[in-house]
Amino acid sequence: MAGFGSFLEVLISGLLAGVLYSLVALGYVLIYKASGVFNYSQGAMVLLAGLALVRALGFFESQGIPYAAALVLALLFAAAVMALTAWIIERFILGPLVNQNELTLFMSTIGAAFILEGVAQMAFGSEVYPLRMFPKDAWILGEAYFPGGILINKLDIWGGVIAAVLVAAIALFFQRTKTGRALRAVADDHLAAQSVGIPISWIWFVVWFAAGLVALAAASVWGTKLGVQFSITFLALKALPVLIIGGFTSVPGAIAGGLIVGAGEKLAEIYLGALIGGGIEYWFAYVLALSVLMVRPQGLFGERLIERI
Amino acid sequence: MFYREAGQFKTSYAADMAIFPIRQDRIAMLLLLAFAFAGVPLLAAFHVPPFNSEYLLRAIILPFLILSLAAIGVNVLIGYCGQVSLGSGAFMAIGAYSAYKFNTGIPGLWLPPLPTLASILLGGLMASIAGIVFGIPSLRIKGLYLSVATLAAQFFFDWLFLRVKWFTNYAPSGSVSAPELSFFGLTVASPVEKYLLALTFVCVFALGAKNLARGNLGRQWMAIRDMDIAAELIGIRPLAAKLSAFAVSSFIIGVAGALWAFVYLGSWEPLAFNIDRSLQLLFMVIIGGLGTILGSFLGAAFILLLPIALSQLPAAVGLKISTATITHLEFIIFGSLICFLLIKEPLGFARLWQIGKEKLRLWPFPY
Repeated sequence: MAGFGSFLEVLISGLLAGVLYSLVALGYVLIYKASGVFNYSQGAMVLLAGLALVRALGFFESQGIPYAAALVLALLFAAAVMALTAWIIERFILGPLVNQNELTLFMSTIGAAFILEGVAQMAFGSEVYPLRMFPKDAWILGEAYFPGGILINKLDIWGGVIAAVLVAAIALFFQRTKTGRALRAVADDHLAAQSVGIPISWIWFVVWFAAGLVALAAASVWGTKLGVQFSITFLALKALPVLIIGGFTSVPGAIAGGLIVGAGEKLAEIYLGALIGGGIEYWFAYVLALSVLMVRPQGLFGERLIERI
Repeated sequence: MFYREAGQFKTSYAADMAIFPIRQDRIAMLLLLAFAFAGVPLLAAFHVPPFNSEYLLRAIILPFLILSLAAIGVNVLIGYCGQVSLGSGAFMAIGAYSAYKFNTGIPGLWLPPLPTLASILLGGLMASIAGIVFGIPSLRIKGLYLSVATLAAQFFFDWLFLRVKWFTNYAPSGSVSAPELSFFGLTVASPVEKYLLALTFVCVFALGAKNLARGNLGRQWMAIRDMDIAAELIGIRPLAAKLSAFAVSSFIIGVAGALWAFVYLGSWEPLAFNIDRSLQLLFMVIIGGLGTILGSFLGAAFILLLPIALSQLPAAVGLKISTATITHLEFIIFGSLICFLLIKEPLGFARLWQIGKEKLRLWPFPY
């Protein structure tokens, strides 16, 4: 242990890594907030968005289109793919399941995850595709104060910026637009919202499309970090503790949860992992989440559960 | 015509409450059991197809029976008590590894190697204890939050059995092999013997679970499932009801895990009990029908057989597709069928069975 400098470096890299988890968790929050569906297929959506993006980028570049234009085209293509996905999921899976209980809806999204994983890999290939949308090199800060300075990855900063923009956009969307208000009504009660004339299928399409765009943002950052590959779907499992620490229904909660999990995980791996054996970041976030839930059963920022007969 | 209870009068409360109140059901059940216990081994002994192939017994019926048992355990918790758990795979692993440790002896605790049956049951007991510990949060955490919290159990035990070498008796490869299976001096080695062993376990536990669910305890679970606050108000203790559901469920799952490892796999590593196993079990109970024992069997059969059928299908039809494409197609078809079934019959196969029986009572007349 090199003292305070290394502690700070671990803390900062953990916090920034946590923001990247938040990017994935945001997608869950969006769908849960708007439709009361716990969407297991968010990881598969990240995979689909990432594969569509990286393959389209490769295709446009091979056609001799300059990188910047190709990137824009590829982003548009991936967004279109996500829109199509949102429409299909709404039309064929969730639409017929309106008013079913939470568990059935959850299981149907696991089914959807299988379909998306299969389709994505069949359509776009199943290898590891490198993506270089963001710079991956590191800054070294504060060399004057600490020996060796503090390494900060530029990619993580980009992730943070994207997350901040997304959160601001989502907050504005939910609070200030008519569709946003309708979304919150649908989340509260499908039937009641339908009966006052809110077009539920349109709302669900909008929210799944928005989650698709969040998945695309997550895919662009994670794809740059790890390369676009199948294992990106496991991010879904990494994002779950983030989600429950923050609370299923809270957008700021997803960010706060990400920061807590990211920092906790990295610090635990370094300071606790040395004592009880490596690899504890595999489960540490979950145990952390469990202990948070024991104190606040609805997560840190979740809406209070009011129960009545 | 053949399936109606006209003329079958119930003269006692016990007869009214019987598991199979209709005589035809009892006869069918007895025939099924007779076929399963005596018919199949005899047919296998005389090499009558399709029971002459080892493949059918070893790779289809055996895993079906053991996973049905696990599904019954999951159904106790999710279907009867309404506590959604995604950690079933971990409890299978606890059953498997504890049974292994008991079977090979624990010198640190002065425990000699125990016989197979005792090891398997003790494995179940260990899973049960772990289930109670991880069930405690359910008193405070509800719904989806609980299901994500149970993932903590899943990932923690995955890690534990992978990293703590004590559990695998310091096997260098990390995978362990089950010792020879012997029950009261009888050695279980051939596929038919293993089949009979698994069948016995499944029948005993299915009967036990059915009776628990029909009794006082089961009614407490169902009251908690339907509305826990209301249940509390009418005098059901949530602590006792929820934790007993966790204990019973984990015990059955643990025994199933020990059987899965000892009887089906033979040698295994933690990967056999990962999150995919938990999701598979969850699918089984939901597709089969929540809160029914029959549904556990139907769901297990469907979820287990579907991928096997799908992987055989292209070859059978004569299509030549690359294995990667087949895997992806399997994903797509599996996912689509799950969604289709959930949309068409959210209550699962057990409900379809019930509807079918109602129809059969009238058949062939319109009413």
